[in-house]
Amino acid sequence: MSFITALLEGVLLGGYYAMIACGLSFMFGVMRIINLAHGSLAVVAAFGLWIIADRFEYDPFLALIVVLPVMAGLGWLLQRGILERSARSGELIPILSTFGLAIVIENVLFECFGADIRSLAPYVGSLAYDSFDLGGGSYIGELAVLTFAAAILLLGGLQLFLTYTPLGRQIRATAEDPDTVELVGVNSRFVNAVAASIALVTVGLAGLFLALRTNFDPYSGSLQLIFGFEAGVIGGTGSLWGTLAGGIILGLAQTLGAHIHPQGFLLAGHGVFLLVLVGRLYISRHAFRGFLKARFGW
Amino acid sequence: MTADPPISIQRWTNLSIGVAIVVAVLFVLLAAGPAFLSENILDRLTVLFIYVCLAVMWNALAGYGGMISAGQQAFFGLGGYLAIRLSEWGVEPYLALVLAALLAGVFSLPISAIVLRLRGGEFAIGMWVIAEVVRLLVNLDPIIQGDTGRSLIALASFDAAQRRDITYWMTLASMSIMLAVIFVMLRSRLGSSIQAIRDNEEAAASVGVRVSVTKRIIFVTAAIGCALAGGLWLATFTTFQPRSFFGIQWSAYMIFMVLVGGIGRFEGPILGAVIFFLIELWFGTAGVWYLIVLGLTALLFSLFLPGGIWGYVEDRFHVLLLPVGYRVRMRGLAASNGDSRQSVSAN
Amino acid sequence: MSLLSISALDIRHGLLQAVREVSFQVEQGETVALIGANGAGKTTLLRGIAGSHRPSNGQIRLDGTDITRMPTYQRVAMGIALVPEGRRLFAAMTVEENLQIARASGRKGEWTVDRVMETFPMLKPRRNARCGTLSGGEQQATAIGRALMTNPRLLLLDEVSLGLSPLAVNLVYKSVEALIASGATILLVEQDLNRALKVANRVMCMLEGKIVVEGNAGTLTREQITDAYFGHQKRGQAEQT
Repeated sequence: MSFITALLEGVLLGGYYAMIACGLSFMFGVMRIINLAHGSLAVVAAFGLWIIADRFEYDPFLALIVVLPVMAGLGWLLQRGILERSARSGELIPILSTFGLAIVIENVLFECFGADIRSLAPYVGSLAYDSFDLGGGSYIGELAVLTFAAAILLLGGLQLFLTYTPLGRQIRATAEDPDTVELVGVNSRFVNAVAASIALVTVGLAGLFLALRTNFDPYSGSLQLIFGFEAGVIGGTGSLWGTLAGGIILGLAQTLGAHIHPQGFLLAGHGVFLLVLVGRLYISRHAFRGFLKARFGW
Repeated sequence: MTADPPISIQRWTNLSIGVAIVVAVLFVLLAAGPAFLSENILDRLTVLFIYVCLAVMWNALAGYGGMISAGQQAFFGLGGYLAIRLSEWGVEPYLALVLAALLAGVFSLPISAIVLRLRGGEFAIGMWVIAEVVRLLVNLDPIIQGDTGRSLIALASFDAAQRRDITYWMTLASMSIMLAVIFVMLRSRLGSSIQAIRDNEEAAASVGVRVSVTKRIIFVTAAIGCALAGGLWLATFTTFQPRSFFGIQWSAYMIFMVLVGGIGRFEGPILGAVIFFLIELWFGTAGVWYLIVLGLTALLFSLFLPGGIWGYVEDRFHVLLLPVGYRVRMRGLAASNGDSRQSVSAN
Repeated sequence: MSLLSISALDIRHGLLQAVREVSFQVEQGETVALIGANGAGKTTLLRGIAGSHRPSNGQIRLDGTDITRMPTYQRVAMGIALVPEGRRLFAAMTVEENLQIARASGRKGEWTVDRVMETFPMLKPRRNARCGTLSGGEQQATAIGRALMTNPRLLLLDEVSLGLSPLAVNLVYKSVEALIASGATILLVEQDLNRALKVANRVMCMLEGKIVVEGNAGTLTREQITDAYFGHQKRGQAEQT
């Protein structure tokens, strides 16, 4: 595979990572909760789409019409049933709750579907295999481009929603100050439930693209959670576009790592994540400030 | 005229002295186990002791330190792997276990430098990532042979009965040492510091608690403890398989034990380990249903009884079995307060 | 019927009893000042009325309706607006967005973003500025404007002069006086005694969670107030017995 192809593939992979990271960061930003069941919920969506495609023979993209609202409903239930209650006991309990939930979800999926790996690729014609020829021996997969485009649309749509709609404003304000937001008439419980629903809709979308680009099984969730988390951390919490940047860097690290060594895919990704983590700690503290002082006399 | 001070502070109550004596007797009985217990029971007790080790260590991190780790399997697996490695280099197997644990503690130092700045859920997943990284790196060692794993061959130099007994004693000793270490830590200034950090890190720092140092001590202790448990697991089951030793299910077990037993209490993880052991005894062969029940129980406890069983018992009946906390006794509390409790205890 | 009626209110703040058996009324169109030393319970009382603290005993009635168990956002919908101590603006959002978000209360009325701009002309050039970049006076104006955007029937002001320059305080109080003149009902907490007396019809002084002195701003003497403020009254009574 040419180097350029690997590079492009890495960037486009970043689109998928941005999608899976988006909901995780969003939920953390609004509710200060890291949902450890995030990855397994994406797998739930993937299985949901798979059932509709396999048993009812619908196109997976059309199946979203059913699956995404269901995911939104699940998000609502998740917030009202589990997250809200566990958050009352402090910051740490929701971690345990969502971890327990993740264990339940993946094992229930195993109970229902068994260990077989599945994929949605067979149900979308040749989309998963076609590629655009860029000349000079370089190719990029059609699916990869589609995934990246979907990620841009998702992030852009979310950004527009948050910036220009009243509900979006309420979500932003609740994320900043959940106590004061009630004082201006916003029902923060409702807002949190909406945010959870939105997060799970993004998870549903990510589940579709997960199932298209790779095989999945009931236990695939853990890895997706880790990738989403890494992309979010690399990109820095705070902005949605940062998540895209983080995803791209992760994707690049992984594909270039695979280029170098067969085991390199995962290790390179984790390695970059750890480097960023270490780097951020130092830059954010002394070095950067010192640098600013020396350079600009601030 | 000086009157009796209205407030006195106790560490040992009559009840806790009684319990301490019972514990000492129990320990002696257990130590003499190989003399009168059947092989089957010895095996099972060994497993139970390992569970207690894991629960106690996880509780030290989360319940006292406020650090919820979804990645202690990193050290569990590392302990097993390093034991194999050292044994391959000729170190006597049981010594290799101990050295492996200490080595894991050394490795935990740079890991702590990276991971301890993370808080809450980020720390949890961060440790998960570390576990994955360690697993991947361990897989690179040719002696591991991927998923087939590797046996601690050197154990074959002992006969089965010897192996069982030595492993049993080592596990009993490890568990007892870990419990003793945590007990002493909690009663010391370190114990107050770590709990202060758990309750409010900024406030703790503002009263002079050295936050990073304290967290690091707990982190390294838990790493050594989990690694030792991993080595002992290897000694019990002989074969090291990366996927099994580094699996996320170990975190699920630890979370279950501590959540159900009682997070942040000394007796909690012990109770949790016993409950977990019994459930595994009865339902362990039920396949995934076993895991579903574990996860569901953990989830339900986190929602409805986050203090665990021991937390409930302690709070409801104001029982403190072992003297890790302080009891403030106040004489003559005015009835007009509406609160008829005569003493306030803090853990 | 009084607009606001508080009876035997007890509010705990953690382990502390911050408000003890407080009872009073506020009539439509009145301006009542709540004064007292730090820690007397004034902020807790205001927040209790707004809904941020749940009382352990007692009742809060708005125009006869019992709102004691009502969640905060519903009280806003009923017409209570609190300008919190320290402003508590959404710093990452612009002035306009902070004002717009208060429309969540759903109350109809005269207050719009433009009207707030007219009332606080200093905000006009800062309409699209992030609130984190505003000066103290501008922040206070935005915070009051944000509360007004809910078209409240009862406005609660918590220490609006805190941390502001004297000039800024003057400006803020000019707007408050304009609001009073237009018929608003206001319950305000104020450290500055002079300001409080100047602007209020009635004064209540709190000490250790209780209201110890209450009366019309005009009839209470300085001495009575300062005695109550510092608790000299209590000590005086104790010495007599």
